[in-house]
Amino acid sequence: MSTLTKFSAIPYTGPAPTNREPYVAVDGPAADARGAAIAAALQHPGMTQELGQDMPSFIVGKEHIVDVLRALKESSELAFTMPLDLFGVDYPKRDGRFDIVYQLYSLKNNERIRLKVRVADGEPVPTGTGVFKGLDWYEREVFDMYGVIFDGHPNLRRILTHEAFQGHALRKDYDPAQRWLLTENDVARIIPKIDPRFENVDTDYERVTLNLGPSHPATHGTLRIVVTLDGETIIGADQEIGYLHRCFEKMSETHTYQQVIPYTDRLNYCSAIINNVGYCMAVEKLLGITAPARAQHIRLMLCEFMRIADHLVCIGTNLVDMGALTNFWYLFQPREEIYGLIEACCGARLLPSYTRIGGLAVDVPPDFLEKSQRLVDMMPKFINDVEKLVDRNKIFLDRVVGVAPISAEDAINFGFTGPCLRACGVPYDVRKASPYLGYETYDFDVPIAEGGDTYARFLVRMEEMRQSLKILQQAIDRGLPEGPVIVDNPYVALPPKTKVYNEMESLIYHFKLIMHGIQPPVGETYFQVEGGNGELGFYLVSDGTKNPYRVRCRPPCFQIYSAFPEMIMGQTIPDAIAALGSLNIIAGELDH
Amino acid sequence: MSNQPYDSSGSIIQRKRGGPPGEGAEKGLITLPGESEREIEDLAGGTYLTTTVDTMVNWARGNSLWPLPFGTACCAIEFMSMVSSHYDIARFGAEVVRFSPRQADLMIVAGTIVDKMSPVLKKIYEQMPEPRYVIAMGACATSGGFYRAYHVVQGIDEVIPVDMWVPGCPPTPDGLMYSILKLKEKIQRGEIRR
Repeated sequence: MSTLTKFSAIPYTGPAPTNREPYVAVDGPAADARGAAIAAALQHPGMTQELGQDMPSFIVGKEHIVDVLRALKESSELAFTMPLDLFGVDYPKRDGRFDIVYQLYSLKNNERIRLKVRVADGEPVPTGTGVFKGLDWYEREVFDMYGVIFDGHPNLRRILTHEAFQGHALRKDYDPAQRWLLTENDVARIIPKIDPRFENVDTDYERVTLNLGPSHPATHGTLRIVVTLDGETIIGADQEIGYLHRCFEKMSETHTYQQVIPYTDRLNYCSAIINNVGYCMAVEKLLGITAPARAQHIRLMLCEFMRIADHLVCIGTNLVDMGALTNFWYLFQPREEIYGLIEACCGARLLPSYTRIGGLAVDVPPDFLEKSQRLVDMMPKFINDVEKLVDRNKIFLDRVVGVAPISAEDAINFGFTGPCLRACGVPYDVRKASPYLGYETYDFDVPIAEGGDTYARFLVRMEEMRQSLKILQQAIDRGLPEGPVIVDNPYVALPPKTKVYNEMESLIYHFKLIMHGIQPPVGETYFQVEGGNGELGFYLVSDGTKNPYRVRCRPPCFQIYSAFPEMIMGQTIPDAIAALGSLNIIAGELDH
Repeated sequence: MSNQPYDSSGSIIQRKRGGPPGEGAEKGLITLPGESEREIEDLAGGTYLTTTVDTMVNWARGNSLWPLPFGTACCAIEFMSMVSSHYDIARFGAEVVRFSPRQADLMIVAGTIVDKMSPVLKKIYEQMPEPRYVIAMGACATSGGFYRAYHVVQGIDEVIPVDMWVPGCPPTPDGLMYSILKLKEKIQRGEIRR
C-alpha cells in the first residue's frame, strides 16, 4: 500500500454557509404547512421541523430515526413507503459535523419528505435497513464516503472505493487528488452468503463459487457478481461495485456550477442530455429562474429522443446477451440518426453538454423540426421490426418470461423507479407525478406491465419508446416558440459575444461571470427528472460561493442493482445474464 | 511506407525463377509494407513474390486485428458505434470482437480506469497472447481526463504499455478507426515488437 499524489489540490477555505443571502423555496410555505400536518399526524417527540425548505423537512435525533422511518412507512395515511435517497453532507466547523439526509416518497399522496440526522465524527447511527431494504447500499456509501458507522448494518464494508483506500473521500478535509494504490495482493476475496432458503437443502452437487466480471461480456463493463452455485442453481450472490467510481460528487465540489455540466453527461452516458437537464434545472430552482419557453421546448424534445436512444441500447445489448446479435446492429442505426440530430444542434454526439444553467448553449439549426420529423417517422419501423423478430420467438420467450421477477412491494421497498418499477405494475413516472418542462400539457400514457420479470421490463421499454414518439409528434406539431434560448440575466448567462465586444457593461458582466461564477443563494434544494432508468435527482447545497458546497446525484441504477441478488436467487446463470441486461445498469451512474 | 530498395539477403524464401505455378495466373502490382513497388514479373518472371517471414506475418497481423474491448464507460458506447453497421470496422478486418483476452491481440481500453480496476486491467493484459497491442481510447484512458480525482488512474500507462492514444471525450468512431488504421501501419512496418 502506498500513497500517490500527482497533483496538489486546493483545500477548502471558503466561508461557512451562513454568510450570504438565504435561499427561499418557492413552495416553502406549502411545504411548511404540510410538514406541520405530518408532525401532527405522527406525534413523535424526536422530530423538529425545519422551515422554509422545498419539501417537508425535519431534524430527527439519531436515537429516534428508526422509529420515525418505521412510523412514516407504516402510517396508512402518510405511507412513505419508498426510500428515495440517503446521503451525507459534511460541515466540518459545526458541532454535529455530519448531516445524514433521508428522502422518502409516498406513492399514495405523491409527496416527499426529508429527514436529517445530525451526528458528530465517530458517533454511530442506528441502521434503517430493517425498515427499508433500499437503505442497505446507501448506508454503505455514507460509511465509505464519510466514515459514519451504522449500528447493526449487516454488511458495512466499503462500497465505491477499494480495499486499500484510507480515509473518507467526501469529507471536506480530504484532498480531492489524494490517491491510494491498489495492488493485486490487496484485493479481498468475496464469498457470498448462502441464502437461508437454500442452506439446509439436500443436494447431489458440490457447491461452487463463480466470479463474473468486472470484465465479462455480459456485465457491460464494470459490474462484478460473485455467485455460489448448487449445480446450476444460484444459492448465494454478492456484488462488488465501484469499478467506475469517478468521484463525480467530489469533482463537483471543486468546480463551478457551469463546469459541473460536463460531469453530469458522464453519469448515464446513454442518455446524457437528460442528466444535463436535471442538473441545470436543479440549479435554476436554487437560483429561482426559469429557462425561456424555446429552450424548454428543445430540452423536452431532446430528452425524449435521448430516452428512446437509452432504451434502444438497453434492448439491443440485452438481446446480444441472449444471442440475438442482429437486433443490436439494427437498433444502432436509429441511434446513429439521433446522434446526427444532436450533432447538428451542438457539434457533439454522445456527450453533448448542450444545456446551460438558464437555457441552452446555442440555438438549434433552422431545419431542426424537419430533421426531428424525419426521425419520428422512421423510428416506428425499427421498433416494430424488432418486436416482430423477438416478441413471438420461442427462444426469447423461454429466456425472459418469469425470469428474475420482483414483486411490486419489494421493488418499492428497494426504491425502484423508472421502467423497472413500472414493470411491476406501479405507474410512477416523474413526468406525471411532478411534471417539469411542460409535460403536463402533453398527452401520453405511462405504460405498466404485470409480473416484474425480464419480459415485463422489455415490454415496458418498447411501449415507452412509442409514448416518447407520441410526445415528440405533439411537440413538433406545436412548433418551436420564438425567442431566445437562454435567460437574459447577466448573473447567470454570459452576454452574447457581439455585446461583449461592443459594450463596456457586457464586457464587465462577462468578466465577472467567468471569474466569480454563478453564486446562488445559501440553501439546499432537490430536483428530480425522469431519466432513462428512473428518477434522476440532484440535491444541491450552496454556500453562496461559485462552487457548489455539495452536489448529490440520486442515481436510479443504484437501488435497482442492489436488489439484483434477491431477483436471481434460485435461478440459473443464463437467467441472471438475461435479467442483468434488462435492468439497464449504467456503470457511470451506478458508481457516480 | 518506406521506399528502400529491396534487399533479399534477409529472406528465407528462396527466390525462384521459372514459369508460373498455375496457368492463367494474372500479373499484377503487389506491394508489401517495407518494400518498394515491384512488378511481380520483374521478380519472378511470373506470379511469385518473395519476402521475409516477418514482413508477411506483420502484414497479416495488421490486417486481422482481433480487438478485446475493455470498455468501462462512455467510450465503450462509441466503440459499439464503431463496430456496428454505420461505421463498420469490418471493412478493415478488425470486427472479430473477443471478450476473452486469450483470443484477442488488440486491447482497446475504452473508458475511465479507476484504481479499483487497475489490477484487473493488468491481469487481463497479461492474459493476452503476444504480440499484443493496446489502444488507449479517449481522454480518461490517456491521462485521467478531467477526473483529476482520488480514485482515477491518471493514464493507463501507469499500469500497462500503450501503443496508440486517441484524443477526445469520447473520440468519435472515425477517430478510433483512424487509430486502428495507424496501428495497422505501425504493425506492418514492424515497429512494434512485444
